[in-house]
Amino acid sequence: MIEATGLTKHYGRTVAVDHLSFTVEAGRVTGFLGPNGAGKSTTMRMVLGLDRPTSGDVRIDGKHYRDLKLPLTTVGALLDAKWVHPNRSARAHLRWLAKATKLPRKRVDEVLDLVGLGSVANKNAGGFSLGMSQRLGIAAALLGDPKVLLFDEPVNGLDPEGILWIRRFMHRLAAEGRTVFVSSHLLSEMAQTAQDLVVIGRGKLIYQGTVSDFVENATENTVLVRSPELTRLADLLRADGVQVVEDGDSIRVANLASSAIGELAAAHRIVLHELNPQLGSLEEAFIQLTGESVEYHAHDKEPTA
Amino acid sequence: MSLVAAERIKLFSTRSPWWCALVAIALPIGFAALLASQGGDEVPLTVGTTQAANGLGRAVIMVMAALAITTEYRFGTIRSTFQATPNRVSALLAKTAVVTTLAAVIGELVAFGSWAVCRWIKPEADLALDTADDWRSVAGVGLVFALTAVLALGVGILVRQTAGAVALLLVYSQLVEGLVTLIPRIGDDIHQWLPFFAADQFIGNDASGQPPRDLPLSPWGYLAYFAVIAVAVLAVAIITANRRDA
Repeated sequence: MIEATGLTKHYGRTVAVDHLSFTVEAGRVTGFLGPNGAGKSTTMRMVLGLDRPTSGDVRIDGKHYRDLKLPLTTVGALLDAKWVHPNRSARAHLRWLAKATKLPRKRVDEVLDLVGLGSVANKNAGGFSLGMSQRLGIAAALLGDPKVLLFDEPVNGLDPEGILWIRRFMHRLAAEGRTVFVSSHLLSEMAQTAQDLVVIGRGKLIYQGTVSDFVENATENTVLVRSPELTRLADLLRADGVQVVEDGDSIRVANLASSAIGELAAAHRIVLHELNPQLGSLEEAFIQLTGESVEYHAHDKEPTA
Repeated sequence: MSLVAAERIKLFSTRSPWWCALVAIALPIGFAALLASQGGDEVPLTVGTTQAANGLGRAVIMVMAALAITTEYRFGTIRSTFQATPNRVSALLAKTAVVTTLAAVIGELVAFGSWAVCRWIKPEADLALDTADDWRSVAGVGLVFALTAVLALGVGILVRQTAGAVALLLVYSQLVEGLVTLIPRIGDDIHQWLPFFAADQFIGNDASGQPPRDLPLSPWGYLAYFAVIAVAVLAVAIITANRRDA
């Protein structure tokens, strides 16, 4: 379990993290969501004792990171896949980490095989693709077989195959009962991976709770419907007091489950061509929630010459 | 001990320390050989003059030691280091132990290598290690190299950037100390208290070629003085690293 209370970090006059309090429950995947520059990485560095909080406190199972004995056996983290010496082999990189954590040498080969890097273990890490570096970073995080894992934007810049691999791996780690705290600026990614969410903007807490609650509260659920008898269906729905927006050859139905729409159509023997709950609005909801707290806005106005 | 082992793996699993070690050994021994074979009769070959070129090796040691820590900052591995060992003082002392030991070994190889190559080239010269001073001139090089590594590590931890740390160390040791003597009146007095001058006095090779002066410290006193400076710089560096965000 990770517990942050009043966590604050100033860099000069910039406030990166602002009285942030949250809890990451044990044995669950918790998404750490926020726009770029919201303070996610800074928070993670403070969890790991790399950066000193200006004020406030963060503990792992009740202890400060600095007080953990052989911390890699409690907390594994991947903050940046490029934090390796380019002229050091993958195996050597893990060997010194294993040595510093008093782990047997065979554990290095175990984790290399686990992430599928066994065949390139003696190659220099500088020649690795981002996907391979990411795997090496995960191998390092898993080295001490920790209960708690932190990942900072693990799918950023990966190709679809790499994203899928990371996502599956994350599920596997969670299924093994580990606590996974993973940051992202993409809500759709989190919706597929996480059970709980901690959402921040400009260093402040915006939301903490389950993903499903967040989705329900924060989004207007709409269902896209296509049918040859669109007008009749729309009239029937409106008669029930449901909000319907016509959109070319389809309609958008607000706040009514797709099952209810399907049953209504069946009861009136209306053929449906498409009945599609819209998840795209998740992203909009996220932007709505965090919109005011985005650090760097693009200016819409034309520059006045 | 596991931390020292981890640092040893780290140091020897990249190529630059090997290259630095090779250059640090070959360069001074090569120059010593050149001096012995080409020096003629103007330069009397003594135990002291066999060590005249070890400053070259010392400069390379500074680069090696600085690189050992600045590359960690450059490539972000310092964060993995502190993640694995949140006690930063232990982590950095372990690194110091490994780098310093390597520097000492290289120093002894340079010293005895230079001495041996001179003996081989000029068997007729009196190069026997008879006195305690002779032994200090040769065997003492390892101590000076080790302390130089301590100093360079300290500067590397403070500066964090390879270019900055290496430039600072080389410009200071190779140029600034010598230029201080050009300051009128007080220049020589200041020079007597500068760290690399102190290190040279311990070895007993005065590269300036000036006649011996009355110096404030004995050779061993100068070594202690150099050690205090090197350890002080490292201590400040480690305290800083301990407080700073990684």
